[in-house]
Amino acid sequence: MKEEIFISGRNIPNIDPSLEVWHFPISLYLFLGGLAAGIMVFAALVTILKKEKQFQATVKQAMLVVPIALSVGLAALFYDLTHKLYVWRLYTTIRIESPMSWGAWVLLIITFISIFWVFSYFTEMFPKWDWKYDFIKKWEAFFIKNRKPMALAMLPLAIILGVYTGILLSAFNARPLWNNAILGPLFLVSGLSTGAAVILLLSKHHYEQSMISKIDLFLIILEIFLIIHMLMGMYAGSEVQLEALNLIFGGPYTVMFFVFVVILGLIFPALLEGVELMGYKIPIAIPAILILMGGLVFRMVMVEAGQITRYLY
Amino acid sequence: MRYAMVIDTLKCVGCSDCVVACQTENNVPEGYCRDWVTETVTGAYPTVELELKSERCNHCDNAPCVRTCPTGASHIVEGGVVLVTPDECIGCGACIESCPYDARFQHPEGYVDKCTFCHHRLEKGQLPACVSVCPTKCMYFGDLDDPKSEVSQLLKTRTQKVLAPESGTKPNVYYLT
Ligand code: SF4
Ligand code: SF4
Repeated sequence: MKEEIFISGRNIPNIDPSLEVWHFPISLYLFLGGLAAGIMVFAALVTILKKEKQFQATVKQAMLVVPIALSVGLAALFYDLTHKLYVWRLYTTIRIESPMSWGAWVLLIITFISIFWVFSYFTEMFPKWDWKYDFIKKWEAFFIKNRKPMALAMLPLAIILGVYTGILLSAFNARPLWNNAILGPLFLVSGLSTGAAVILLLSKHHYEQSMISKIDLFLIILEIFLIIHMLMGMYAGSEVQLEALNLIFGGPYTVMFFVFVVILGLIFPALLEGVELMGYKIPIAIPAILILMGGLVFRMVMVEAGQITRYLY
Repeated sequence: MRYAMVIDTLKCVGCSDCVVACQTENNVPEGYCRDWVTETVTGAYPTVELELKSERCNHCDNAPCVRTCPTGASHIVEGGVVLVTPDECIGCGACIESCPYDARFQHPEGYVDKCTFCHHRLEKGQLPACVSVCPTKCMYFGDLDDPKSEVSQLLKTRTQKVLAPESGTKPNVYYLT
């Protein structure tokens, strides 16, 4: 039998054994981006369907979280850049082939839309607030009148943003764990589910809670199916994909993935939500917080483990 | 013009002169390399085989690093050489993640750095530093579009391989075996 005995390391102390250029801030950025996208999809949908009255927390309090989440996400991304002074270069071109490029543009546009959105609901949310100047009040009236067009723009952009958080990774053919087409939809669904969790945490109305909870239950089941789909695809893949799979099946990321993402982050909250919907009393905050935790850990596993995977040659 | 490097693994002795020449020529910071030598032993005693090869950026025709770069800092110039413009690079690391050969690294000053095929020397009609110092003359550099060039001739007559062709990058560094 011929077997490989030994390959010398490249022995480049600052590059080997594995290139780790993306750290926790990138996972956080992907998590917050997905979460914001999720909330915006819900807010846009209920507005387009004229159901704002029944979904008050969705269009108000939860949307207040969006610009904050997006700004923190952007700050995290900025923190992980190594040539920070040149960051404006992102906005001097647009390159369709580079997800990071169009993603940065979508993110910028959608951040502004979300700020205008919050602005349009601000006095409704904080009745004591007074904008003082007339021209601000005029702008406010303008945005209040145009909530529907804002929702129509926000819906596709939010879906693109949600998919982008996955495509950003799946576009890298050099990293076998990332390079699968399911990652875009999977991250979108996961983002929608974390967005729903935020709404559940902020909502005080039973109807809104139970509707969002039902949708969330469906999303979690969909997410579990997509994850199984992804793992099966890799299991049927080539050697490089099998090696990537080994990282979460027995490798260093097994506990993180199966305990914190699959069991605590998906199956357990799904059970709790199911039991809740059957009429038993369970504080909705428990499944919601577990979903948020699971979403963040999921991104950490994918970002960190993906960077270890590589081509064998 | 299509630049290519051809490296004869049968002549390489693994001295790493190419690595040192590159570090000196290009002021590569300590602890980093733009090129490196690997040593692969296959088989079981007594039928073992040793392969030595000097590796670097492959200046791929279908370069994923150029595709994923959000600013256009990574780009391809005449002759197919893949370069990074430090003043356009934001240090996002997308190109590092997209290179199947791990040929790129973050320079301590923040931007991304890698082999340039010694573009500044090519412009003066000189060979890349690594090629010019190799004591066994195992490295060749030239134009694939010119059928009479040394590299074209070698690729016509010798058996060869490129690294990880399955990654679809269409590399331009060839190894004679
Ligand atoms: S070897 Fe890597 S860095 Fe060089 S062109 Fe190919 S993908 Fe880009
Ligand atoms: S690190 Fe620099 S060269 Fe690499 S993809 Fe980002 S901007 Fe482009």
